[in-house]
Amino acid sequence: MANLIAILAAALCLVMGVVVISARNPMHGVIALVANFLGLGVLFLLLHGEFVALIEVIVYAGAVMVLFLFVVTLLMAGTEPPKEGAGKNLPGQLLWAIVVIGALTALIGFVLAVRTVLTQPPPSTQAFGSITDFGRSLLTTYMLPFELTALVLLAAVIGVVFLARERS
Amino acid sequence: MTLPTVDFLLVSAVLFAIGALGVVIRKNPLVMFMAIELMWNAVNLTLVAFARQFLAIAGHIFVFVVVVVAAAEVAIGLIVIVLVFRNRSEADVDSLNTMKG
Amino acid sequence: MALTIGIDIGKALVVIIFLQAAFGYLTLIERKLLGRFQLRPGPNRAGPFGVLQPLADGVKLLFKEEIIPAGVDRFVFIIAPMLSLLGALMAFAVIPFGAPVTMFGRVVPLQVAGPGLSLLYVFAVASLGVYGIVLGGWASQNKYGLLGGLRASAQIISYELAMGMSVIGVLIAAGSANLNQIVGAQAKEWFVFPQIVGFIVYFICAIAETNRAPFDLPEAEQELVAGYHTEYTGMKFAMFFMAEYINMITVSALATTLFLGGWHGPAFLPSYLWFLIKVAVFLFVFVWLRATLPRIRYDRLMAFGWKVLLPVALLNAIGTAAWVALVHP
Repeated sequence: MANLIAILAAALCLVMGVVVISARNPMHGVIALVANFLGLGVLFLLLHGEFVALIEVIVYAGAVMVLFLFVVTLLMAGTEPPKEGAGKNLPGQLLWAIVVIGALTALIGFVLAVRTVLTQPPPSTQAFGSITDFGRSLLTTYMLPFELTALVLLAAVIGVVFLARERS
Repeated sequence: MTLPTVDFLLVSAVLFAIGALGVVIRKNPLVMFMAIELMWNAVNLTLVAFARQFLAIAGHIFVFVVVVVAAAEVAIGLIVIVLVFRNRSEADVDSLNTMKG
Repeated sequence: MALTIGIDIGKALVVIIFLQAAFGYLTLIERKLLGRFQLRPGPNRAGPFGVLQPLADGVKLLFKEEIIPAGVDRFVFIIAPMLSLLGALMAFAVIPFGAPVTMFGRVVPLQVAGPGLSLLYVFAVASLGVYGIVLGGWASQNKYGLLGGLRASAQIISYELAMGMSVIGVLIAAGSANLNQIVGAQAKEWFVFPQIVGFIVYFICAIAETNRAPFDLPEAEQELVAGYHTEYTGMKFAMFFMAEYINMITVSALATTLFLGGWHGPAFLPSYLWFLIKVAVFLFVFVWLRATLPRIRYDRLMAFGWKVLLPVALLNAIGTAAWVALVHP
Protein backbone atom coordinates (compact mmCIF):
# COMPACT_ATOMS: atom_id res chain seq x y z
CA MET A 1 0.00 0.00 0.00
CA ALA A 2 2.69 2.49 1.04
CA ASN A 3 4.85 1.42 -1.90
CA LEU A 4 1.99 1.95 -4.34
CA ILE A 5 1.43 5.46 -2.96
CA ALA A 6 5.18 6.17 -3.22
CA ILE A 7 5.27 5.07 -6.85
CA LEU A 8 2.21 7.16 -7.72
CA ALA A 9 3.66 10.22 -5.94
CA ALA A 10 7.01 9.78 -7.68
CA ALA A 11 5.29 9.47 -11.05
CA LEU A 12 3.30 12.64 -10.31
CA CYS A 13 6.54 14.45 -9.42
CA LEU A 14 8.30 13.43 -12.61
CA VAL A 15 5.36 14.14 -14.95
CA MET A 16 4.77 17.52 -13.35
CA GLY A 17 8.49 18.29 -13.55
CA VAL A 18 8.38 17.71 -17.30
CA VAL A 19 5.29 19.93 -17.55
CA VAL A 20 7.10 22.71 -15.64
CA ILE A 21 9.90 22.96 -18.16
CA SER A 22 7.79 22.28 -21.25
CA ALA A 23 4.70 24.41 -20.62
CA ARG A 24 4.56 27.42 -22.95
CA ASN A 25 2.49 29.40 -20.50
CA PRO A 26 4.36 30.05 -17.24
CA MET A 27 1.03 29.90 -15.37
CA HIS A 28 0.69 26.22 -16.25
CA GLY A 29 4.28 25.79 -15.09
CA VAL A 30 3.39 27.25 -11.69
CA ILE A 31 0.41 24.90 -11.28
CA ALA A 32 2.56 21.91 -12.30
CA LEU A 33 5.28 22.92 -9.86
CA VAL A 34 2.76 23.12 -7.01
CA ALA A 35 1.55 19.61 -7.88
CA ASN A 36 5.19 18.50 -7.98
CA PHE A 37 5.74 19.86 -4.46
CA LEU A 38 2.64 18.09 -3.18
CA GLY A 39 3.98 14.83 -4.63
CA LEU A 40 7.34 15.46 -2.98
CA GLY A 41 5.54 16.14 0.29
CA VAL A 42 3.93 12.69 0.06
CA LEU A 43 7.35 11.12 -0.60
CA PHE A 44 8.82 12.94 2.43
CA LEU A 45 5.96 11.64 4.58
CA LEU A 46 6.67 8.10 3.45
CA LEU A 47 10.36 8.65 4.31
CA HIS A 48 9.42 9.49 7.92
CA GLY A 49 9.96 13.19 7.42
CA GLU A 50 6.64 14.40 8.82
CA PHE A 51 7.82 17.87 9.70
CA VAL A 52 9.87 18.47 6.54
CA ALA A 53 6.89 17.29 4.45
CA LEU A 54 4.66 19.90 6.06
CA ILE A 55 7.38 22.57 5.72
CA GLU A 56 7.65 21.67 2.05
CA VAL A 57 3.91 22.19 1.57
CA ILE A 58 3.51 25.26 3.80
CA VAL A 59 6.61 27.17 2.70
CA TYR A 60 7.06 26.01 -0.88
CA ALA A 61 3.57 25.28 -2.12
CA GLY A 62 1.85 27.75 0.19
CA ALA A 63 4.14 30.78 0.16
CA VAL A 64 6.96 30.62 -2.39
CA MET A 65 4.73 29.49 -5.23
CA VAL A 66 2.11 32.11 -4.37
CA LEU A 67 4.88 34.68 -4.87
CA PHE A 68 5.58 33.11 -8.27
CA LEU A 69 1.89 33.21 -9.05
CA PHE A 70 1.76 36.86 -8.04
CA VAL A 71 4.65 37.78 -10.34
CA VAL A 72 3.38 35.70 -13.27
CA THR A 73 -0.04 37.33 -12.90
CA LEU A 74 1.55 40.75 -12.73
CA LEU A 75 3.87 40.32 -15.72
CA MET A 76 1.66 38.26 -18.00
CA ALA A 77 -1.67 39.97 -17.33
CA GLY A 78 -3.95 39.67 -20.34
CA THR A 79 -1.21 38.84 -22.80
CA GLU A 80 -0.54 35.80 -24.88
CA PRO A 81 2.32 33.73 -23.49
CA PRO A 82 5.54 35.34 -24.69
CA LYS A 83 7.17 33.96 -27.78
CA GLU A 84 10.58 32.59 -26.93
CA GLY A 85 13.11 33.20 -29.66
CA ALA A 86 13.52 29.67 -30.90
CA GLY A 87 15.56 30.45 -34.00
CA LYS A 88 18.38 32.61 -32.74
CA ASN A 89 21.16 31.15 -30.64
CA LEU A 90 19.94 27.62 -31.31
CA PRO A 91 23.26 25.77 -31.96
CA GLY A 92 24.79 26.90 -28.66
CA GLN A 93 21.64 26.00 -26.80
CA LEU A 94 21.52 22.58 -28.38
CA LEU A 95 25.16 21.97 -27.46
CA TRP A 96 24.49 22.90 -23.86
CA ALA A 97 21.43 20.70 -23.75
CA ILE A 98 23.45 17.74 -25.05
CA VAL A 99 26.22 18.38 -22.51
CA VAL A 100 23.77 18.60 -19.62
CA ILE A 101 21.78 15.57 -20.70
CA GLY A 102 25.02 13.60 -21.11
CA ALA A 103 26.30 14.55 -17.68
CA LEU A 104 23.02 13.76 -15.99
CA THR A 105 22.59 10.46 -17.79
CA ALA A 106 26.03 9.57 -16.46
CA LEU A 107 24.85 10.56 -12.98
CA ILE A 108 21.70 8.44 -13.21
CA GLY A 109 23.81 5.60 -14.58
CA PHE A 110 26.15 5.92 -11.62
CA VAL A 111 23.23 5.76 -9.19
CA LEU A 112 22.04 2.60 -10.94
CA ALA A 113 25.56 1.16 -10.88
CA VAL A 114 25.96 1.57 -7.11
CA ARG A 115 22.42 0.29 -6.64
CA THR A 116 23.58 -2.86 -4.87
CA VAL A 117 25.26 -0.82 -2.14
CA LEU A 118 22.08 0.92 -1.12
CA THR A 119 19.45 -1.71 -1.68
CA GLN A 120 19.64 -3.26 1.75
CA PRO A 121 16.41 -2.34 3.49
CA PRO A 122 16.55 0.77 5.65
CA PRO A 123 16.87 0.15 9.40
CA SER A 124 13.79 0.08 11.59
CA THR A 125 12.55 3.63 11.52
CA GLN A 126 9.49 3.69 13.74
CA ALA A 127 10.70 6.35 16.17
CA PHE A 128 12.76 8.31 13.68
CA GLY A 129 11.96 11.77 12.38
CA SER A 130 9.49 12.97 14.99
CA ILE A 131 9.06 16.70 15.46
CA THR A 132 10.51 16.34 18.98
CA ASP A 133 13.77 14.90 17.62
CA PHE A 134 13.88 17.54 14.95
CA GLY A 135 13.25 20.44 17.30
CA ARG A 136 15.69 19.22 19.92
CA SER A 137 18.60 18.83 17.52
CA LEU A 138 17.70 22.06 15.69
CA LEU A 139 17.96 24.05 18.93
CA THR A 140 21.00 22.25 20.41
CA THR A 141 23.41 20.60 17.97
CA TYR A 142 22.46 22.73 14.98
CA MET A 143 21.87 26.01 16.78
CA LEU A 144 24.37 27.96 14.68
CA PRO A 145 22.93 27.03 11.25
CA PHE A 146 19.48 27.83 12.64
CA GLU A 147 20.61 31.30 13.72
CA LEU A 148 22.31 31.81 10.37
CA THR A 149 19.08 31.10 8.48
CA ALA A 150 17.57 34.00 10.42
CA LEU A 151 20.42 36.17 9.18
CA VAL A 152 19.79 35.03 5.59
CA LEU A 153 16.12 35.94 5.89
CA LEU A 154 16.97 39.35 7.35
CA ALA A 155 19.38 40.02 4.48
CA ALA A 156 16.69 38.99 1.98
CA VAL A 157 14.09 41.26 3.58
CA ILE A 158 16.45 44.24 3.54
CA GLY A 159 17.46 43.49 -0.05
CA VAL A 160 13.87 43.26 -1.29
CA VAL A 161 12.81 46.43 0.49
CA PHE A 162 15.83 48.23 -0.95
CA LEU A 163 15.20 46.99 -4.50
CA ALA A 164 11.47 47.70 -4.39
CA ARG A 165 11.69 51.21 -2.96
CA GLU A 166 10.11 54.13 -4.80
CA ARG A 167 12.61 55.90 -7.00
CA SER A 168 12.06 59.64 -7.23
CA MET B 1 8.61 -4.14 2.64
CA THR B 2 9.52 -0.49 2.21
CA LEU B 3 11.14 0.80 -0.93
CA PRO B 4 14.96 0.91 -0.75
CA THR B 5 16.72 4.25 -0.62
CA VAL B 6 18.12 3.89 -4.12
CA ASP B 7 14.69 4.17 -5.72
CA PHE B 8 14.17 7.55 -4.13
CA LEU B 9 17.65 8.60 -5.27
CA LEU B 10 16.73 7.63 -8.79
CA VAL B 11 13.59 9.77 -8.73
CA SER B 12 15.69 12.60 -7.32
CA ALA B 13 18.34 12.28 -10.03
CA VAL B 14 15.75 12.33 -12.82
CA LEU B 15 14.03 15.36 -11.24
CA PHE B 16 17.36 17.14 -11.00
CA ALA B 17 18.05 16.33 -14.65
CA ILE B 18 14.66 17.72 -15.69
CA GLY B 19 15.41 20.91 -13.74
CA ALA B 20 18.87 21.34 -15.23
CA LEU B 21 17.49 20.77 -18.69
CA GLY B 22 14.83 23.39 -18.05
CA VAL B 23 17.43 26.00 -17.11
CA VAL B 24 19.39 25.29 -20.28
CA ILE B 25 16.65 25.10 -22.91
CA ARG B 26 14.19 27.77 -21.73
CA LYS B 27 14.64 31.51 -22.09
CA ASN B 28 11.77 32.79 -19.99
CA PRO B 29 13.35 33.86 -16.69
CA LEU B 30 10.31 32.77 -14.67
CA VAL B 31 10.40 29.26 -16.13
CA MET B 32 14.16 29.08 -15.61
CA PHE B 33 13.64 30.09 -12.01
CA MET B 34 11.02 27.39 -11.54
CA ALA B 35 13.42 24.83 -13.00
CA ILE B 36 15.97 25.91 -10.39
CA GLU B 37 13.35 25.29 -7.68
CA LEU B 38 12.86 21.83 -9.17
CA MET B 39 16.57 21.16 -8.70
CA TRP B 40 16.54 22.40 -5.08
CA ASN B 41 13.73 20.00 -4.33
CA ALA B 42 15.35 17.07 -6.05
CA VAL B 43 18.26 17.60 -3.66
CA ASN B 44 15.84 17.81 -0.72
CA LEU B 45 14.45 14.40 -1.67
CA THR B 46 17.99 12.97 -1.63
CA LEU B 47 18.61 14.44 1.82
CA VAL B 48 15.40 13.03 3.29
CA ALA B 49 16.06 9.62 1.73
CA PHE B 50 19.58 9.47 3.17
CA ALA B 51 18.30 10.69 6.54
CA ARG B 52 16.08 7.61 6.71
CA GLN B 53 18.83 5.28 5.51
CA PHE B 54 21.33 6.43 8.13
CA LEU B 55 18.83 7.53 10.82
CA ALA B 56 20.44 10.98 10.77
CA ILE B 57 18.16 13.86 11.71
CA ALA B 58 20.80 16.18 10.24
CA GLY B 59 19.30 15.44 6.82
CA HIS B 60 16.02 17.00 7.92
CA ILE B 61 17.86 20.00 9.38
CA PHE B 62 19.56 20.42 6.02
CA VAL B 63 16.19 20.39 4.24
CA PHE B 64 14.96 23.05 6.65
CA VAL B 65 17.96 25.27 5.83
CA VAL B 66 17.52 24.68 2.10
CA VAL B 67 13.85 25.68 2.28
CA VAL B 68 14.69 28.88 4.16
CA VAL B 69 17.47 29.81 1.76
CA ALA B 70 15.28 29.02 -1.23
CA ALA B 71 12.51 31.24 0.13
CA ALA B 72 14.97 34.13 0.52
CA GLU B 73 16.41 33.46 -2.92
CA VAL B 74 12.96 33.46 -4.55
CA ALA B 75 12.03 36.76 -2.93
CA ILE B 76 15.19 38.45 -4.21
CA GLY B 77 15.11 36.77 -7.62
CA LEU B 78 11.49 37.63 -8.30
CA ILE B 79 11.91 41.30 -7.43
CA VAL B 80 14.87 41.45 -9.84
CA ILE B 81 12.77 39.84 -12.59
CA VAL B 82 9.91 42.25 -11.91
CA LEU B 83 12.24 45.26 -12.02
CA VAL B 84 13.91 44.09 -15.25
CA PHE B 85 10.72 43.22 -17.08
CA ARG B 86 8.45 45.95 -15.77
CA ASN B 87 8.89 48.01 -18.93
CA ARG B 88 9.55 45.26 -21.46
CA SER B 89 6.95 43.34 -23.40
CA GLU B 90 9.06 40.26 -24.00
CA ALA B 91 10.39 37.97 -21.31
CA ASP B 92 13.56 36.51 -22.78
CA VAL B 93 16.87 36.43 -20.97
CA ASP B 94 18.80 36.51 -24.25
CA SER B 95 17.54 40.03 -24.92
CA LEU B 96 19.26 41.27 -21.76
CA ASN B 97 22.52 42.14 -23.46
CA THR B 98 22.89 45.83 -22.67
CA MET B 99 26.09 45.16 -20.73
CA LYS B 100 27.68 43.30 -23.62
CA GLY B 101 30.97 44.91 -24.58
CA MET C 1 -9.29 -3.74 8.53
CA ALA C 2 -12.33 -3.48 6.24
CA LEU C 3 -14.41 -2.17 9.14
CA THR C 4 -11.79 0.49 9.93
CA ILE C 5 -11.71 1.68 6.32
CA GLY C 6 -15.51 1.60 6.22
CA ILE C 7 -15.76 3.72 9.35
CA ASP C 8 -13.19 6.18 7.96
CA ILE C 9 -15.05 6.56 4.67
CA GLY C 10 -18.30 6.91 6.56
CA LYS C 11 -16.89 9.68 8.73
CA ALA C 12 -15.49 11.52 5.70
CA LEU C 13 -18.88 11.31 3.95
CA VAL C 14 -20.75 12.49 7.04
CA VAL C 15 -18.42 15.47 7.43
CA ILE C 16 -18.64 16.46 3.76
CA ILE C 17 -22.43 16.15 3.64
CA PHE C 18 -22.77 18.00 6.92
CA LEU C 19 -20.54 20.82 5.65
CA GLN C 20 -22.60 21.13 2.46
CA ALA C 21 -25.82 21.32 4.45
CA ALA C 22 -24.26 23.74 6.92
CA PHE C 23 -23.16 25.90 4.00
CA GLY C 24 -26.70 26.06 2.63
CA TYR C 25 -28.26 26.98 5.94
CA LEU C 26 -25.44 29.37 6.82
CA THR C 27 -26.30 31.45 3.75
CA LEU C 28 -29.96 31.48 4.82
CA ILE C 29 -29.14 32.38 8.43
CA GLU C 30 -26.78 35.09 7.25
CA ARG C 31 -29.43 36.65 5.00
CA LYS C 32 -32.04 36.39 7.75
CA LEU C 33 -29.73 37.99 10.31
CA LEU C 34 -28.62 40.72 7.91
CA GLY C 35 -32.29 41.38 7.25
CA ARG C 36 -33.06 41.71 10.94
CA PHE C 37 -29.99 43.97 11.44
CA GLN C 38 -31.38 46.22 8.70
CA LEU C 39 -35.00 46.08 9.99
CA ARG C 40 -36.39 43.97 7.13
CA PRO C 41 -37.65 40.37 7.25
CA GLY C 42 -35.05 38.71 4.99
CA PRO C 43 -35.95 35.81 2.67
CA ASN C 44 -39.37 34.46 3.73
CA ARG C 45 -41.09 33.28 0.52
CA ALA C 46 -39.76 29.72 0.01
CA GLY C 47 -41.40 27.57 2.68
CA PRO C 48 -42.27 28.69 6.23
CA PHE C 49 -39.83 31.41 7.36
CA GLY C 50 -37.89 30.81 4.13
CA VAL C 51 -36.41 27.50 5.27
CA LEU C 52 -36.49 26.13 1.71
CA GLN C 53 -34.54 29.09 0.33
CA PRO C 54 -31.12 27.26 0.18
CA LEU C 55 -32.81 24.46 -1.78
CA ALA C 56 -34.31 26.96 -4.23
CA ASP C 57 -30.93 28.68 -4.62
CA GLY C 58 -29.17 25.38 -5.19
CA VAL C 59 -31.63 24.27 -7.87
CA LYS C 60 -31.39 27.67 -9.54
CA LEU C 61 -27.57 27.55 -9.64
CA LEU C 62 -27.58 23.97 -10.95
CA PHE C 63 -29.77 24.87 -13.91
CA LYS C 64 -28.07 28.17 -14.77
CA GLU C 65 -26.18 28.29 -18.04
CA GLU C 66 -22.45 27.76 -17.56
CA ILE C 67 -20.70 30.56 -19.41
CA ILE C 68 -17.02 30.28 -20.24
CA PRO C 69 -15.89 33.66 -21.58
CA ALA C 70 -14.10 33.78 -24.94
CA GLY C 71 -10.31 33.80 -24.84
CA VAL C 72 -9.88 32.39 -21.34
CA ASP C 73 -7.51 29.64 -20.37
CA ARG C 74 -10.18 26.92 -20.16
CA PHE C 75 -8.19 24.46 -18.06
CA VAL C 76 -7.25 26.97 -15.38
CA PHE C 77 -10.71 28.56 -15.50
CA ILE C 78 -12.37 25.23 -14.74
CA ILE C 79 -10.00 23.89 -12.07
CA ALA C 80 -9.82 27.16 -10.09
CA PRO C 81 -13.19 26.80 -8.29
CA MET C 82 -12.53 23.10 -7.72
CA LEU C 83 -9.19 23.87 -6.03
CA SER C 84 -10.89 26.47 -3.88
CA LEU C 85 -13.56 24.04 -2.67
CA LEU C 86 -11.07 21.17 -2.26
CA GLY C 87 -8.88 23.25 0.07
CA ALA C 88 -11.90 24.27 2.14
CA LEU C 89 -13.17 20.69 2.54
CA MET C 90 -9.77 19.10 3.23
CA ALA C 91 -8.91 21.37 6.15
CA PHE C 92 -11.85 20.10 8.19
CA ALA C 93 -10.59 16.49 8.10
CA VAL C 94 -8.41 16.72 11.22
CA ILE C 95 -10.69 18.77 13.47
CA PRO C 96 -12.04 16.73 16.40
CA PHE C 97 -15.74 17.61 16.61
CA GLY C 98 -16.69 15.46 19.60
CA ALA C 99 -15.51 13.12 22.33
CA PRO C 100 -14.66 9.61 21.08
CA VAL C 101 -17.77 7.40 20.89
CA THR C 102 -18.16 3.63 21.03
CA MET C 103 -19.51 2.19 17.80
CA PHE C 104 -19.61 -1.46 16.63
CA GLY C 105 -17.77 -2.41 19.82
CA ARG C 106 -14.80 -0.16 19.25
CA VAL C 107 -13.82 3.38 20.21
CA VAL C 108 -14.18 5.74 17.27
CA PRO C 109 -12.69 9.24 17.53
CA LEU C 110 -15.03 11.86 16.12
CA GLN C 111 -12.66 13.24 13.51
CA VAL C 112 -11.83 11.99 10.03
CA ALA C 113 -8.08 11.62 10.65
CA GLY C 114 -5.71 12.49 13.47
CA PRO C 115 -2.10 12.77 12.28
CA GLY C 116 0.56 13.82 14.77
CA LEU C 117 1.03 17.35 13.45
CA SER C 118 -2.62 18.01 12.68
CA LEU C 119 -2.42 21.75 13.41
CA LEU C 120 0.34 22.19 10.82
CA TYR C 121 -1.75 20.12 8.41
CA VAL C 122 -4.61 22.62 8.73
CA PHE C 123 -2.24 25.47 7.94
CA ALA C 124 -0.72 23.57 5.00
CA VAL C 125 -4.12 22.93 3.44
CA ALA C 126 -5.37 26.44 4.22
CA SER C 127 -2.32 27.91 2.51
CA LEU C 128 -3.31 26.05 -0.67
CA GLY C 129 -6.80 27.55 -0.70
CA VAL C 130 -5.53 30.84 -2.12
CA TYR C 131 -4.65 29.17 -5.43
CA GLY C 132 -8.28 28.81 -6.42
CA ILE C 133 -8.90 32.53 -5.93
CA VAL C 134 -5.76 33.77 -7.71
CA LEU C 135 -6.04 31.31 -10.59
CA GLY C 136 -9.74 32.10 -11.00
CA GLY C 137 -9.01 35.81 -11.10
CA TRP C 138 -6.19 35.36 -13.58
CA ALA C 139 -7.99 32.89 -15.86
CA SER C 140 -11.03 35.16 -16.26
CA GLN C 141 -9.02 37.59 -18.45
CA ASN C 142 -10.92 40.39 -16.80
CA LYS C 143 -9.39 43.37 -15.05
CA TYR C 144 -11.71 43.14 -12.06
CA GLY C 145 -10.97 39.46 -11.67
CA LEU C 146 -7.25 40.07 -11.97
CA LEU C 147 -7.26 42.86 -9.38
CA GLY C 148 -9.33 40.71 -7.01
CA GLY C 149 -6.92 37.81 -7.43
CA LEU C 150 -3.86 39.97 -6.83
CA ARG C 151 -5.42 41.54 -3.75
CA ALA C 152 -6.36 38.12 -2.43
CA SER C 153 -2.88 36.69 -2.81
CA ALA C 154 -1.21 39.63 -1.05
CA GLN C 155 -3.83 39.74 1.71
CA ILE C 156 -3.89 36.01 2.41
CA ILE C 157 -0.09 35.64 2.47
CA SER C 158 0.25 38.59 4.85
CA TYR C 159 -2.43 37.48 7.28
CA GLU C 160 -1.36 33.84 7.18
CA LEU C 161 1.89 34.88 8.85
CA ALA C 162 0.19 36.63 11.74
CA MET C 163 -2.30 33.75 12.03
CA GLY C 164 0.49 31.21 12.28
CA MET C 165 2.27 33.32 14.89
CA SER C 166 -0.90 33.80 16.95
CA VAL C 167 -1.37 30.06 17.56
CA ILE C 168 2.23 29.51 18.69
CA GLY C 169 1.15 30.54 22.18
CA VAL C 170 -1.40 27.72 22.19
CA LEU C 171 1.22 25.28 20.90
CA ILE C 172 3.57 26.20 23.74
CA ALA C 173 0.85 26.08 26.39
CA ALA C 174 -0.43 22.68 25.22
CA GLY C 175 3.03 21.30 24.43
CA SER C 176 1.77 19.63 21.28
CA ALA C 177 0.86 20.30 17.65
CA ASN C 178 -1.82 17.64 17.73
CA LEU C 179 -5.37 18.99 17.87
CA ASN C 180 -6.57 16.09 20.06
CA GLN C 181 -3.91 16.82 22.65
CA ILE C 182 -4.62 20.55 22.44
CA VAL C 183 -8.28 19.82 23.20
CA GLY C 184 -7.23 17.45 25.97
CA ALA C 185 -5.05 20.14 27.54
CA GLN C 186 -8.11 22.39 27.85
CA ALA C 187 -10.20 20.05 29.99
CA LYS C 188 -9.77 22.32 33.02
CA GLU C 189 -9.14 25.77 31.59
CA TRP C 190 -9.84 27.05 28.09
CA PHE C 191 -6.87 28.69 26.38
CA VAL C 192 -8.93 31.77 25.56
CA PHE C 193 -8.18 33.17 29.03
CA PRO C 194 -4.35 32.89 29.20
CA GLN C 195 -4.08 33.36 25.44
CA ILE C 196 -6.52 36.25 25.03
CA VAL C 197 -4.05 38.24 22.87
CA GLY C 198 -3.42 35.26 20.61
CA PHE C 199 -7.16 34.67 20.38
CA ILE C 200 -7.92 38.22 19.27
CA VAL C 201 -5.13 38.21 16.68
CA TYR C 202 -6.26 34.78 15.45
CA PHE C 203 -9.86 35.86 15.01
CA ILE C 204 -8.98 39.07 13.13
CA CYS C 205 -6.68 37.07 10.84
CA ALA C 206 -9.39 34.45 10.36
CA ILE C 207 -11.76 37.13 9.06
CA ALA C 208 -9.09 38.36 6.64
CA GLU C 209 -8.18 34.82 5.54
CA THR C 210 -11.77 34.05 4.62
CA ASN C 211 -12.17 37.38 2.79
CA ARG C 212 -15.11 38.44 4.93
CA ALA C 213 -16.22 41.98 5.71
CA PRO C 214 -14.58 44.26 6.81
CA PHE C 215 -11.63 42.65 4.99
CA ASP C 216 -13.48 41.57 1.83
CA LEU C 217 -11.21 43.58 -0.48
CA PRO C 218 -10.81 40.76 -3.07
CA GLU C 219 -14.51 40.92 -3.89
CA ALA C 220 -15.29 44.53 -2.99
CA GLU C 221 -18.55 45.07 -4.89
CA GLN C 222 -18.34 48.84 -5.16
CA GLU C 223 -14.91 48.88 -6.82
CA LEU C 224 -14.33 45.44 -8.33
CA VAL C 225 -17.87 44.30 -9.38
CA ALA C 226 -17.36 40.86 -7.78
CA GLY C 227 -13.58 40.55 -7.77
CA TYR C 228 -12.14 37.18 -8.63
CA HIS C 229 -15.48 35.52 -9.45
CA THR C 230 -16.83 38.26 -11.73
CA GLU C 231 -16.84 35.98 -14.78
CA TYR C 232 -18.07 32.83 -13.05
CA THR C 233 -21.62 31.52 -13.40
CA GLY C 234 -23.71 28.56 -12.33
CA MET C 235 -22.09 25.77 -10.34
CA LYS C 236 -18.57 27.15 -10.76
CA PHE C 237 -19.66 30.34 -9.02
CA ALA C 238 -21.45 28.24 -6.41
CA MET C 239 -18.20 26.38 -5.70
CA PHE C 240 -16.38 29.64 -4.91
CA PHE C 241 -19.32 30.65 -2.76
CA MET C 242 -19.30 27.29 -0.97
CA ALA C 243 -15.54 27.50 -0.41
CA GLU C 244 -15.92 30.88 1.29
CA TYR C 245 -18.62 29.69 3.68
CA ILE C 246 -16.98 26.33 4.42
CA ASN C 247 -13.74 28.19 5.13
CA MET C 248 -15.70 30.33 7.60
CA ILE C 249 -16.94 27.17 9.31
CA THR C 250 -13.42 25.69 9.34
CA VAL C 251 -11.71 28.72 10.87
CA SER C 252 -14.50 28.91 13.46
CA ALA C 253 -14.06 25.22 14.26
CA LEU C 254 -10.31 25.71 14.56
CA ALA C 255 -10.82 28.71 16.85
CA THR C 256 -13.13 26.57 18.98
CA THR C 257 -10.57 23.77 19.08
CA LEU C 258 -7.60 25.97 19.88
CA PHE C 259 -9.09 28.52 22.24
CA LEU C 260 -12.55 27.50 23.46
CA GLY C 261 -11.80 24.00 24.69
CA GLY C 262 -13.01 22.14 21.58
CA TRP C 263 -15.83 19.78 22.46
CA HIS C 264 -15.41 20.14 26.23
CA GLY C 265 -18.44 21.42 28.11
CA PRO C 266 -20.78 20.58 31.01
CA ALA C 267 -22.07 17.02 30.74
CA PHE C 268 -25.78 17.77 30.27
CA LEU C 269 -25.29 18.12 26.51
CA PRO C 270 -23.35 15.69 24.27
CA SER C 271 -19.86 16.84 23.29
CA TYR C 272 -20.60 17.39 19.59
CA LEU C 273 -23.49 19.70 20.50
CA TRP C 274 -21.13 21.83 22.61
CA PHE C 275 -18.79 21.98 19.64
CA LEU C 276 -21.65 23.00 17.35
CA ILE C 277 -22.83 25.71 19.74
CA LYS C 278 -19.35 27.24 20.03
CA VAL C 279 -18.87 27.21 16.24
CA ALA C 280 -22.31 28.79 15.81
CA VAL C 281 -21.33 31.64 18.14
CA PHE C 282 -18.30 32.38 15.97
CA LEU C 283 -20.39 32.27 12.80
CA PHE C 284 -22.86 34.70 14.34
CA VAL C 285 -19.98 37.08 15.08
CA PHE C 286 -18.87 36.80 11.43
CA VAL C 287 -22.34 37.91 10.26
CA TRP C 288 -22.58 40.55 12.97
CA LEU C 289 -19.27 42.10 11.87
CA ARG C 290 -20.41 42.10 8.24
CA ALA C 291 -23.58 43.96 9.17
CA THR C 292 -21.74 46.47 11.34
CA LEU C 293 -18.33 47.43 9.99
CA PRO C 294 -17.50 49.25 6.74
CA ARG C 295 -14.77 47.86 4.52
CA ILE C 296 -11.31 49.23 5.29
CA ARG C 297 -8.93 50.69 2.73
CA TYR C 298 -6.40 48.40 1.08
CA ASP C 299 -3.20 50.10 2.27
CA ARG C 300 -4.59 50.22 5.82
CA LEU C 301 -5.39 46.51 5.61
CA MET C 302 -1.81 45.65 4.71
CA ALA C 303 -0.32 48.08 7.26
CA PHE C 304 -2.59 46.67 9.98
CA GLY C 305 -1.50 43.10 9.20
CA TRP C 306 2.22 43.79 9.07
CA LYS C 307 2.67 46.60 11.57
CA VAL C 308 0.12 45.70 14.25
CA LEU C 309 -1.00 42.07 14.14
CA LEU C 310 2.35 40.44 13.35
CA PRO C 311 4.36 42.24 16.10
CA VAL C 312 1.57 41.65 18.64
CA ALA C 313 1.43 37.95 17.76
CA LEU C 314 5.22 37.69 18.02
CA LEU C 315 5.23 39.38 21.43
CA ASN C 316 2.49 37.02 22.56
CA ALA C 317 4.55 34.01 21.45
CA ILE C 318 7.66 35.30 23.21
CA GLY C 319 5.68 36.17 26.35
CA THR C 320 4.09 32.72 26.49
CA ALA C 321 7.47 31.05 26.00
CA ALA C 322 8.97 33.14 28.81
CA TRP C 323 6.01 32.36 31.08
CA VAL C 324 6.30 28.62 30.45
CA ALA C 325 10.08 28.68 30.90
CA LEU C 326 10.23 30.86 34.04
CA VAL C 327 6.96 30.66 35.98
CA HIS C 328 5.28 27.44 34.94
CA PRO C 329 6.99 24.28 36.24
